[in-house]
Amino acid sequence: MSHFLELFNLTKVYATPSGPTVIVKDFNLRIKRGEFVCLIGHSGCGKSTVLSMIAGLNELSGGGMILAGRELVGPGPDRGVVFQSPCLLPWLTAFENVMLGVDQVFHPAPKPERRQIAEYYLSVVGLAHAMHKKPAELSQGMRQRVGIARAFALSPRMLLLDEPFGMLDSLTRMELQQVLIELWRRDQKTALMVTHDVDEALFLSDRIVMMTNGPEAEVGAILEVNFPRPRERGAVLEHPDYYKLREYLIDFLEVRAHKKNLVTHHPPVEPRPAAAASVLVNSN
Amino acid sequence: MAFLELKNVGKHFGTTEVLRDIDLSIEQGEFVAIVGFSGSGKTTLISLIAGLLQPDEGTITLNDLEISAPGPDRGIVFQNYSLLPWLTAFENVLLAVEQAFPNWSAAKKRQHTEKYLALVNLSPARDRKPGELSGGMKQRVAVARALALEPQILLLDEPLSALDALTRATLQEEISRIREETRKTVVLITNDPDEGIYLADRIIPLTAGPGATLGPSFRVDIPHPRDRKSINHHAQFKTMRRGIGDFLLGSRREHHQFATRKLILPQIEPEDLSLPRPMGRRRPVRPKEIQRELIELE
Repeated sequence: MSHFLELFNLTKVYATPSGPTVIVKDFNLRIKRGEFVCLIGHSGCGKSTVLSMIAGLNELSGGGMILAGRELVGPGPDRGVVFQSPCLLPWLTAFENVMLGVDQVFHPAPKPERRQIAEYYLSVVGLAHAMHKKPAELSQGMRQRVGIARAFALSPRMLLLDEPFGMLDSLTRMELQQVLIELWRRDQKTALMVTHDVDEALFLSDRIVMMTNGPEAEVGAILEVNFPRPRERGAVLEHPDYYKLREYLIDFLEVRAHKKNLVTHHPPVEPRPAAAASVLVNSN
Repeated sequence: MAFLELKNVGKHFGTTEVLRDIDLSIEQGEFVAIVGFSGSGKTTLISLIAGLLQPDEGTITLNDLEISAPGPDRGIVFQNYSLLPWLTAFENVLLAVEQAFPNWSAAKKRQHTEKYLALVNLSPARDRKPGELSGGMKQRVAVARALALEPQILLLDEPLSALDALTRATLQEEISRIREETRKTVVLITNDPDEGIYLADRIIPLTAGPGATLGPSFRVDIPHPRDRKSINHHAQFKTMRRGIGDFLLGSRREHHQFATRKLILPQIEPEDLSLPRPMGRRRPVRPKEIQRELIELE
């Protein structure tokens, strides 16, 4: 089966006074259409570097990327990006912030239809009553809702989310995870998200890609998460395999992210046909 | 009568009711975590206990004495550290010691200050000013300052919310250890249910405001010191994680207003902006116009 996003030997090298430093080395990943994949790893391991390379915001030092059969070069509206801080223009309202991109991407469409697109996405993220407020009048959680609406409104082929809930408190984060997953289901998007929150990764993902610590970060292991969809937070937490997977991920982050310990790991759940999870070890 | 007792406490600012019907009893030596959303009134609640605010209804007593003003019997740690920037870590703590124990000799005051800086593992950085300390270290100074007052109760107002995840985990372990060593009564305010489960004997959710009130208590019987990994296998940890989250998210939903509105999403294909824009007006591309048909090839 052909893949929607393919990353081949993605490499990033930065020049430093003490010579070149390899941040990401030979990063390989394939994502199917409609899949939700989380990249998990410690701060500074290079996971955001991978995401910004896919977004076209950071040049590749080596390797290549293909999205929907076309090579990716530079940034473009075919990839909707949600950043950790929502990056809204403070002098525009939430609605105007969303319209900025909509006006570009749907430029041949009549104005009323472009407005309908922005209103639709701002409404489904829960901002129907606040879409004409400026960012300063919105709470941090509401601003991030605008960020999500803005990304979806452009009908991107793919969503790239860089720790979108990292600055929110844990309760607001739970609310927004639900908003995101419902919109993702509705629009059947392909998504790649960077996070270091184990619970967030388990709730949202079809697959969790665990990255080793940098420099020379690469794929450490991949965890398949097969909790039934649509997912509801309480039911996922009650799943018999949930805490096994959670412990496995925490353990990876605490111990195995250090490459020298990588060889010692084994799957958290015995592989069986109906299992909720199985582990694929990176073949490299 | 419990050690700290809040009876029917209410507070409003102007016409906005922030807290209502707060009833809370905390026993001596107990560690209670109050968990709620940002903006739900958690800081107002701890300011009432600290005596920085007065309740509009109800009474608050500590050790049978009504609280009417701030005092050194309650040590407070704030989220923003609140250290004096022109004093070193040592001098910040010493300042509090001098206020609380004016009759002690200078040597005793200094020795007492040293003891509490050692308790929070900060002796090596004692002569640094707040600007030269990391967020985690600043919060250690604030904890040392609060404990050096030898308060009857320690009030922690989201002490770890401004710190990154790794530092937060380290300081959670420190708080757990210090608590085991001092057996203080502690009230912790937090927005993280996991932090509460890791540290506290009892967790009480504060409903989403306005008009926030306390929900049912969840008692945590997992023995101390708690291990972050093995806690995953504890049945109580699992039910509590779900229970507290469901309660709080549910209380927030009660405040949401729902409306049915007709939304229209026009079906238009996004343009490829990497191509040059054609001159003149053009119709938008609609998905139904892109049709796949079987065609015969010669």
